[in-house]
This record gives sequence, structure tokens and C-alpha cells, in this order.
Amino acid sequence: MGDPWMELRQFTQARIALGRAGHAVPTQALLDFQLAHAEARDAVHFPWDIDAFAGQVHDLGEEAVILGTSVSSRSEYLRRPDLGRALTEASRTRLKNLQASAVDVALIVTNGLSSTAVERHGIPLLQAIVKGFRSRQISIAPVALVANGRVALADEIGSVLAAKLAIIVVGERPGLSAADSLGLYLTFAPRPGNTDAERNCISNVRPPEGLGYAEATAKLLYLTGEALRRGISGVTLKDDMDTDNLVLQAIIELD
Amino acid sequence: MKYTRTFKTKNYNFKDIKTLLAKASPLRSADELAGIASVSEEERAVAQWVLADLPLTEFLEEPLIPPEDDEVSRLIFESHDQTAFAPISSLTVGGFREWLLNDATSDADIVGVRWGLTPEMTAAVSKIMRNQDLIAVAKRCAVITRFRNTIGLPGRISTRLQPNHPTDDPKGIAASVLDGLLYGNGDAVIGINPATDSPKNLANLLRLLDDIIGQHQIPTQSCVLAHVTTTLELMRSGAPVDLVFQSIAGTEAANKSFGINLALLAEAKATALALGRGTVGNNLMYFETGQGSALSANAHHGIDAQTCEARAYAVARAFSPLLVNTVVGFIGPEYLFDGKQIIRAGLEDHFCGKLLGLPMGCDVCYTNHAEADQNDMDNLMTLLAVAGCTFIMGIPGGDDIMLAYQTTSFHDALYLRRVLGLRPSPEFEDWLDRMGIFDGNNALSQSIEPPKLSGAIRQLMGN
Repeated sequence: MGDPWMELRQFTQARIALGRAGHAVPTQALLDFQLAHAEARDAVHFPWDIDAFAGQVHDLGEEAVILGTSVSSRSEYLRRPDLGRALTEASRTRLKNLQASAVDVALIVTNGLSSTAVERHGIPLLQAIVKGFRSRQISIAPVALVANGRVALADEIGSVLAAKLAIIVVGERPGLSAADSLGLYLTFAPRPGNTDAERNCISNVRPPEGLGYAEATAKLLYLTGEALRRGISGVTLKDDMDTDNLVLQAIIELD
Repeated sequence: MKYTRTFKTKNYNFKDIKTLLAKASPLRSADELAGIASVSEEERAVAQWVLADLPLTEFLEEPLIPPEDDEVSRLIFESHDQTAFAPISSLTVGGFREWLLNDATSDADIVGVRWGLTPEMTAAVSKIMRNQDLIAVAKRCAVITRFRNTIGLPGRISTRLQPNHPTDDPKGIAASVLDGLLYGNGDAVIGINPATDSPKNLANLLRLLDDIIGQHQIPTQSCVLAHVTTTLELMRSGAPVDLVFQSIAGTEAANKSFGINLALLAEAKATALALGRGTVGNNLMYFETGQGSALSANAHHGIDAQTCEARAYAVARAFSPLLVNTVVGFIGPEYLFDGKQIIRAGLEDHFCGKLLGLPMGCDVCYTNHAEADQNDMDNLMTLLAVAGCTFIMGIPGGDDIMLAYQTTSFHDALYLRRVLGLRPSPEFEDWLDRMGIFDGNNALSQSIEPPKLSGAIRQLMGN
């Protein structure tokens, strides 16, 4: 039996007004769910073409550096998050030898739990971020690309680069209707041992359904500016921006 | 060595209680990740044997973390009630299991020892209990709480309506709320996990829920699950806050990683109480927990994930919460690898929470990188409902489009009502009947058009 409030579906991607067979979902809804779950499961194990991604970063006019963790397989990555939080010795040395001058921001990209997200939204998001940073004279280190990394990897990379702020773009855990969401985590004074309470997060970057590139960038620029100005990040740095005005302003700047 | 046992020719030594607890834990990936799990099945079985012989009083003599280093340990020792402990003070862990299951022990006896138990005692006994033991004993522990309705009465199960939206779109959220109400969900709380933490956004969401609840006179409460410091700010600026939410963990260091401590929780509770928004009671804290949170914050002190989790319940019960929710499969396969581990953990958490006197619900859930599926969730929710679980989640189709995980659906609660006869909280059930959503017999009405909420649908549609 169908639900008479089907028209509410226009307001959300959520599985509302599914109808019912007695107390249970109808067969079509059951099969839809199982197909979506199968797709999300596949997305977790999809590989990331990091070399091609590095090429696209170069095309944006930014340097890219490919780094690695000691994770040897996707399955190990899932069971051992600790391994995804630390660079290999070779990568750490490589990063130290970059001899980058002091920068405001270390920018890191990892596929995390969804290579699909990084493949689909990584470059356009980076493009907006880089443009925003340039227009505000915020300096960034070469973009660090790391396969199978975790959020806290940004602490080590930011610390080695002696950056004031670390920002990591990470593929978020796939859901049934969103296998391609990116998240952004920002940490002031990055160093190994930072806690989650010291980070600010912007999640669900996934246009058109989720947050758009310009909106995400506007939030990031706001948080970056406040973090650099006040020397803090995390729960003590609230997202107090007047969203509508700042987004509008940022979109105008970015266009 | 105090905790030793020789099995066949092999000598097993467990250097302290926390090692023994970790080695005796049923297998889960969190303890493997921490490097504290048994290395063999035999070692685990021997550890359980040694643990069963341990007197309960040992837990009062050997703190897992020195109280001077950890405020959660201080809380545990300071709130321990020797009088309540007296009836079980001579028992071993194994003897305690039998006491809990014994026909000569009344349900009131079990409730009576609540404040004589430390979380470590409950964790220890759970490790030598089968799943059926965890279910049978939890079912004996009634915990009843109240804010705008009565939650936890025997023969009832409540639901948290979770109308999340990836951009916090008010119409999208309202659509999910209406869908959930029309499926009879939402008596534990209508609770949104916000996508962004901006106070302005959160205040708007609180007003949205407050309007829906007020306009339709729904006997339930709302919550926007923001950090407690943000909720404090919102309360001070006059936002309509019913419940104060916070994620909590079982060590001071883990709580610090969440940006909280006991004093902050006390301040938030006092501020919310002063708002006087409850009608039938004043339980107004909503806590979420989950095995692995202390490990994830690198703040576990070598204590196993399940024992850390039980210690979080000591934090929870100091604040007389309306609801406590163990979000069992949320953090992923590095903590609970598959359906079997998730099911076991859900039953353990529910058991330990109930034994300590908490209104335990469970987010019966999994992520797409865990080896689990909806059939595992069917199993766990059925087992928990048999065990008298206080509440489960209700999400459209079981698919949370904001948090990207799967949990139980609006339909799932209807299934539990059908097969086990479990009803919603009485005030909410009356409301469902009055609104024509339920048929007066704990099932959805057969009428095509639920009459009383159709106005709300038309309003949302803009005509």
C-alpha cells in the first residue's frame, strides 16, 4: 500500500513515503535498498588513481607531492587505522627535503573511505580552495596526496612542513545514497597527538545534493581566517559566520 | 602473580585485572587493534575461567586507572554504595552471574544492587555470560525515565525519530519528521544530527522541531545533537532546548578528546533544568556512547573496549539521563569487524547499561565498510527487543543520508510491535490513536488518509 504523502519526497533524498506491505517495506523498496548497499560496498574497494590526480593538481598550477603510509592493502587499511595515520620513513624524509619556506597552510588529499568522492569532487574543490587562498594571500605548501590515509595524518604532515594550519580533504564513508561525499578537517598548530576536539569539520561536500564547492570553500576560508587570526581551532572556534552573506561574497570572488 | 592458571602443561599469567578483562573479552577487532586481545581461543577461555573466580571486592581494591589520574575513576569510587553492595559482596564474578540468573533473586534485588556495582563488575560478568544470559538478565532490569512522556515501561519500546539531512534543509528535515510520525515513530526523542555546527543553524533546527511538537501537541521531546558547549550557548540565547546531548566515554582523557568533563556536563544539566521544559519529569540528558571511542582517542589506558564502554555508563548515570544510546556499529570494522561482533557488543552494552540503571537504547547499525548487512540488524534488534531495550532508532528506510550509515527504519519498529506486541510510550500511543495514525491496537491505521497530520503535509507543500 502506497503512502498518500508521496509528494514530500521532493524535499529530501531520504527514503520517505516508501509505502508498506503490512508492517514491512514493499518489495521494490527492499530491492532498491539492497542494490544501493551493493554499490556502496563496491565503492569502498574502488582504487584511486593517485598519479592521474597529481597531474590534475599540476594543471591547477599547484605543485603536488605523492606520499605514502605503511598500509599495504585496502583490507589492512580498514582494520588498521593507526597505519593510515603515519607516513613511511621514506615519505617523511621526502617531505622534510622539500625545503618549503614557512607556509600558512598544509593541504592534504586522501581517498579515505571513498575513492569515488576524491575522483569526482577532489579537483573542482581544490580549484575553488586554491583560488580562495590566492585571493586572500594565504600561502600553501605543495599539495600532499596520500592513498589510504586517515584524518590524523594531517597532523604529521602539517608538523613536518611547519605549517600554521593543516587542512585535509578526505573521502567520507559511503552511505547508500551518498557514496561520493568529501569531508574537510582543519587543525591549527598541527602536531602528532592533536585530538578531534581541536579540529573543525566541513562534511558532505557533494554537489548538487550536498554542499557545493563554493559554499564549502567559503566556510573553509572563514574558518581558516579565524583560526589564523585567533590561533585556535576545534570546539573553541565556532562556525559563527553569517552563512548567506559570506557564501554570496565568496561565490562572487570565485567567479 | 595473582591471576594465574595452569591448563594442561601451559602456564597462563595475567599481570593485572585490566589484562585479565581484556584477555577474557569475546573477540573483537578493537582489542586486536589495541594489541590487548587474547592471542588464542584457549587463552581467552582460560582468562574467562580465572575471571570467574575473581571476588567482586577485587574491583574495589585494584582500580583500573589510578583515581588521582582520572576523574571517571574518582566518580566510580565516590559513587560506590557499600550498603547496596552488601548482598553480593561475598560473590565471585562467576557467582554473581548465577545470582543474577537465580530464581531466588528477585527483579527488585537486582535493581537494589545498582549503586553497589562498579562498571568494571558489570563488564566482568558480561564477559562470562552467553548472549541469552545478557538478554535474560537485562529483561529483569526496568529503568523508567520521564520528560514529556514515560519511557521504559515493561512491554514497551520507544523510537528516536532521526530525520537527518545532508545540508540541514528545514523542509527536508520536516518531511522526514512527518514520515516518521505517520509511521508511529518518535516517542524517545525527535533528534537531529546536524550537518553543520553553526549556532544560528542549530537554533533554527530547534525552533523547527519545537514548532512541530507544539503545533500538534506531541507528547515527546526534541534534540539537536550538537556539542554540549554549543547547546549551552544556545540555551543562554533562548533557543528552545529540551534535551542536552553529548557523546561521552569511559576515561577522563577520552572525554577530554571530546572537549568535555564532568563539571561541564553538570553545568549543562543545571542550565537545562532551569528552563523547566519537561511536563511529566525532569530527565533531560541524552548521551551517546560506543565501544572503541576511548581507543579511537588513544585514551584507553590498556583497558579493553567493552570495559571502557561500561565505564562511560558511570558518567551517564551521574546525570540521570532520559536516554542513553550505544551507537554500536557506527565507528567501523576496526572496532567491531562483522555482524557477529556487532550483535555481541550491542547485547553487552544493553546489559551493562541496564544493570547500572540506565535507560539503554541501541543504534542498531553498521557502516558500508563493515562485514554486515540488514539481516544482522534484524537479528540484533529482535534480540534487543526481547531483552527489553528502551529504544531503537527510526530512520526513513534505515538509510541515514547525512551520517552515511544504516540503522533501523520506521518500519522496523512496526515489525517489533507486530511480532513481540511491544507498544510505544503510553502518552505517545494515546496521541497516535487520537491522530488516527495507529488503530487503537498498536498497529498502523488502515485508513488511506491519516486525517490529523494532513494539514501539516499541505503546509509543507505550500498550499
